[in-house]
Amino acid sequence: MAKLKLGLYWAASCGGCDVAVLDTNEKILDIAQIADLVFWPIALDFKYHHVEAMEDKAIDVCLFNGAVRSSEQERIARLLRAKSKTMVAFGSCACFGGIPALANFTNRAEIMERAYVEAPSNDNLDRTFPRIQTEVAEGELELPELYDTVLTLAQVVDVEYFVPGCPPPVDLILKIVDALATNSLPPPGAVIASEKTLCDECDRKKEEKMISKIYRSHEIIPDPERCLLEQGILCMGPATRGGCGARCIKVNMPCRGCFGPPAGVVDQGAKLVSAIASIYQAKNDEDIARMVEEIVDPAGTFYRFGLADSILKRKRLQKLESGG
Amino acid sequence: MNRDKFEPLILGFACNWCAYAGADLAGVSRFQYPPNMRIIRVMCSGRVDPTFVLKAFASGADGVFIGGCHPGDCHYIEGNYKARRRYELLKKMLPQYGIESERLRLEWISASEGARFAEVVMDFINVIKELGALGKRQDQ
Repeated sequence: MAKLKLGLYWAASCGGCDVAVLDTNEKILDIAQIADLVFWPIALDFKYHHVEAMEDKAIDVCLFNGAVRSSEQERIARLLRAKSKTMVAFGSCACFGGIPALANFTNRAEIMERAYVEAPSNDNLDRTFPRIQTEVAEGELELPELYDTVLTLAQVVDVEYFVPGCPPPVDLILKIVDALATNSLPPPGAVIASEKTLCDECDRKKEEKMISKIYRSHEIIPDPERCLLEQGILCMGPATRGGCGARCIKVNMPCRGCFGPPAGVVDQGAKLVSAIASIYQAKNDEDIARMVEEIVDPAGTFYRFGLADSILKRKRLQKLESGG
Repeated sequence: MNRDKFEPLILGFACNWCAYAGADLAGVSRFQYPPNMRIIRVMCSGRVDPTFVLKAFASGADGVFIGGCHPGDCHYIEGNYKARRRYELLKKMLPQYGIESERLRLEWISASEGARFAEVVMDFINVIKELGALGKRQDQ
């Protein structure tokens, strides 16, 4: 069998997904045996023009990590889509927007203002901002355009498979590599993880889910045996897909929701609002007000990884609306 | 749409046992209120998944109304308390999305309160008219 042609790309991401591929340790040699890497910006010196020169569908599988939030990322997503037989949204950012998508609670103008003017380490009285086009003596320089809205990969191009996780755990990476090698991939559209929720797979002791106080992580040392939610710690397990091996739970940290919504759930955050409100014991105004106060940042907590893929997707763009 | 004559689109969820019966009574008693609200009957206000509320706003609703039984009156014992807690959490979350929290309203209306049903709906419509259109979201 001819070797598979494998491409990897990073868009709006931290690089952790690329590192996760290396975390396969000695198994990376097995990957190298079945596949030739034809594009991997973080590790290999291929350029965009090398990809452009390829024939369409020349790449067998593209593992695309990171969300899409700039014109360059969108261009490369489309380019890799055209050149790849199978497109895999690799990691939470490509699947659901991930941490970068929290930028959807603000907009480009506010981000620019914060990054180039307001941040305490800035000295920018002239208000110099990066521009898309800049004239210099040697000619015109160009930078990619930053978008107002962070997008998931599937909002830009067709995607065959989703491998969630921040980053995807090694066993899931090997699972998809294995499926590729043996040509036993699931039907397109599949999420390479569990069909159940994390709670389903968590082996902590669960009793009755009733809480009357919510603790933030620094306010409590949790019992390592008992359900974290029952101890009053906001754990996203009830509305998060399993298959991660409960990595965080095993080190006594609550789930933050990086595997996204489980099968059949449209909006992870809405389900979490529902779940937390159901188990909090409050009937009078005072207790309910306390609950609301204890959940300091509901949208940021419940949509930590899933904002770009949620029903509302982003904060309303007031100016655009009145202008349009 | 003509800006001077903004007619809001409101989605209402009414529980089968109280608020919907209240709406029915408002109807048979011929209490008049403007036709801006489309009512969906649910078995309990506790059935109103926050997903429904977000979906309504994303699909172009200017306001979302939830009607349930008075505290202590829930046919399912405490569905309305759960609805209340979800509602309060949503009220905190909506402004983070740039949606005014007044666009979501929860009211307790019993089966005998037809007049009150018409009243609170009218009041809610006025609040939404004051706030203006939320409109379809740009990115959809």
